[in-house]
Amino acid sequence: MKDIRLMKGNEAIAEGVIRAGCDGYFGYPITPQSEVLEYLMATNTEKRTGMVTLQAESEIASIHMVYGGAGAGKRVMTSSSSPGISLMQEGISFMAGTELPCLLLNVVRGGPGLGTIQPSQSDYFQAVKGGGHGDYKMIVLAPASVQEMYDFAKLGFELAFKHRIQVMVLSDGAIGQMMEKVELDEQLPRLTDEEIVKKYPWATTGKTPDRPRNIITSLDLNPVKQEIININLQKKFKHIEETEVRFERIECDDAEYLFVAYGSSARVCQKAVQLGRARGIKVGLLRPITLFPYPVEEVAKLAKQVKGMLAIEMSAGQMVEDVRLAVNGVVPVAHYGRLGGILPAPDEVIHELEKNFINK
Amino acid sequence: MDHILTRDEVTVPENLVYSRTCLLTDNALSYCPGCGHGTAHRLIMETIEEMGLQADTIGVAPVGCSVLAYDFMDIDMQQAAHGRAPAVATGIKRLYPHKTVFTYQGDGDLAAIGTGETLHACNRGENIAIFFVNNGIYGMTGGQMAPTTLPGMKTATSPFGRDTASMGFPLKMTELIAQLPGTYYVTRQAVHTPAAVRKTKKAVEKAFQYQKLNKGLCFVEIVSNCNSGWKMTPLESNKWMEENMFPYFPLGDIKLPKP
Ligand SMILES: Cc1ncc(C[n+]2csc(CCOP(=O)(O)OP(=O)(O)O)c2C)c(N)n1
Ligand code: SF4
Ligand SMILES: [Mg+2]
Repeated sequence: MKDIRLMKGNEAIAEGVIRAGCDGYFGYPITPQSEVLEYLMATNTEKRTGMVTLQAESEIASIHMVYGGAGAGKRVMTSSSSPGISLMQEGISFMAGTELPCLLLNVVRGGPGLGTIQPSQSDYFQAVKGGGHGDYKMIVLAPASVQEMYDFAKLGFELAFKHRIQVMVLSDGAIGQMMEKVELDEQLPRLTDEEIVKKYPWATTGKTPDRPRNIITSLDLNPVKQEIININLQKKFKHIEETEVRFERIECDDAEYLFVAYGSSARVCQKAVQLGRARGIKVGLLRPITLFPYPVEEVAKLAKQVKGMLAIEMSAGQMVEDVRLAVNGVVPVAHYGRLGGILPAPDEVIHELEKNFINK
Repeated sequence: MDHILTRDEVTVPENLVYSRTCLLTDNALSYCPGCGHGTAHRLIMETIEEMGLQADTIGVAPVGCSVLAYDFMDIDMQQAAHGRAPAVATGIKRLYPHKTVFTYQGDGDLAAIGTGETLHACNRGENIAIFFVNNGIYGMTGGQMAPTTLPGMKTATSPFGRDTASMGFPLKMTELIAQLPGTYYVTRQAVHTPAAVRKTKKAVEKAFQYQKLNKGLCFVEIVSNCNSGWKMTPLESNKWMEENMFPYFPLGDIKLPKP
């Protein structure tokens, strides 16, 4: 019998991490994602699987607790929304420098500053281009449904440990708050301490006589060595670009026009594709699922097929820059965005498509 | 005098009264000659060796002169961002409640940028040890004013002396956190004389022993010199420390476990 439940996006990812065998969650409340911490506390993770759930004194503390746990080989995570993620950038950069795996969730709200508690996609640059100091990337997953909020918990941890990298689920207030049905899978067991010692020989689990001491540090004052560390990091990011791209094509096969959108905006565009097709416009949707690595090749391929692309985002135009880089001038690329916590409507999006490319 | 003993004649097993703990690595210490950090490292590592805790212990290094502590301590270690060591240690300890976890932090690290993390780790009663080396200055960055710099004390960023009217007062973190129910053992020691070293050793031992009781955080402040930052010889700096630092930061136990 399938285990199907009606859940909020934020609850779904909380349930997802428990079932993915997460060892520890450290977080600080902020709308629109407080349900994650609330759900974990209410379900009593300590009793259920032995998973630690701790409310920290700040997002800064949260991310450094995650650093400590990850450095000791545990599956750890934190979640927040935009202002809190800004505070975490120091710790994320340190985790990038030490190549520590973790899962991070940003349920994006509008900014800058305290902004609004309504959904937005205005943290794309911060998530995809680095965010903190130094040359680094995280894997960024963009869920477009409550099911994906759930699924990306497990996928996120898998990718994080496969590549020793931070994985951010870049969601938004709409996906976090809406309710949909979710199919749950079986509980994965948490790794035992002995398994961690075997699986992650780099982790600080206590120095035993059979190995040299393990050190988690991002410091090397020797510039020659530091350059090598950085070159190796870049190699890893390149490898991820070559192997981990994920996207969804919706009605793309015969498309003459293309929406490019992720997360909530992709849901809006999915409806807009139906509306457009009913009006005789051959429009499709490319939905990037990984924002880093970005589906560059797929966009470039579609650029040879369509007459124009329209990036739809709840931002003033962030992801569109990656679309333009991939298209490289082959076809016109336009952008339409709503700001401040407003979701665009499907007919608004179709209107923009017509205005930019069809009724010219 | 007929014969001056050679080095080889002196260093024979029957003359051995003391040897360096095997848990200090062979790497040359990066500290200035005369600095207290080296002695503090030694006491912690000796204790870990004597208590047989090497395989059990995870240390957290700060940002400060002791940023490279992991080069000298032969145990698993994590290097934390400036001030965040207590949060990092919390993450480790919560996930490995049976391991021994400690942080090693300077006064800028612990009492300025990391005040929040320190206070809250203490307040949650994390079962970790914090070793706090208070030298009243930012040693690593070249001798700037620290939260613990004494009134009137000259540093690179208080060249006319710390003016409390505009720069505030030296922060007594140790007295502050001793008030929190989450701390179990709080003491202030020094490492500038053999007697002080012996007392600090006892304090370090207690901090590790008590951690096994799971009764809260153990906090050992070590008032220390920064001869380079204070622009003194090691001897002058120790004398200055006794005359100026100890009156403001009096040595002794501040909170002892209730019997
Ligand atoms: C976020 C951040 N801010 C500033 C610094 C620069 N910095 C490095 S060490 C230090 C002060 C260290 O002083 P203290 O903790 O007293 O250690 P000491 O060197 O005196 O032992 C500062 C300000 C840094 N590394 N990171
Ligand atoms: S600068 Fe000061 S604290 Fe740092 S090693 Fe030298 S004497 Fe010690
Ligand atoms: Mg100092």
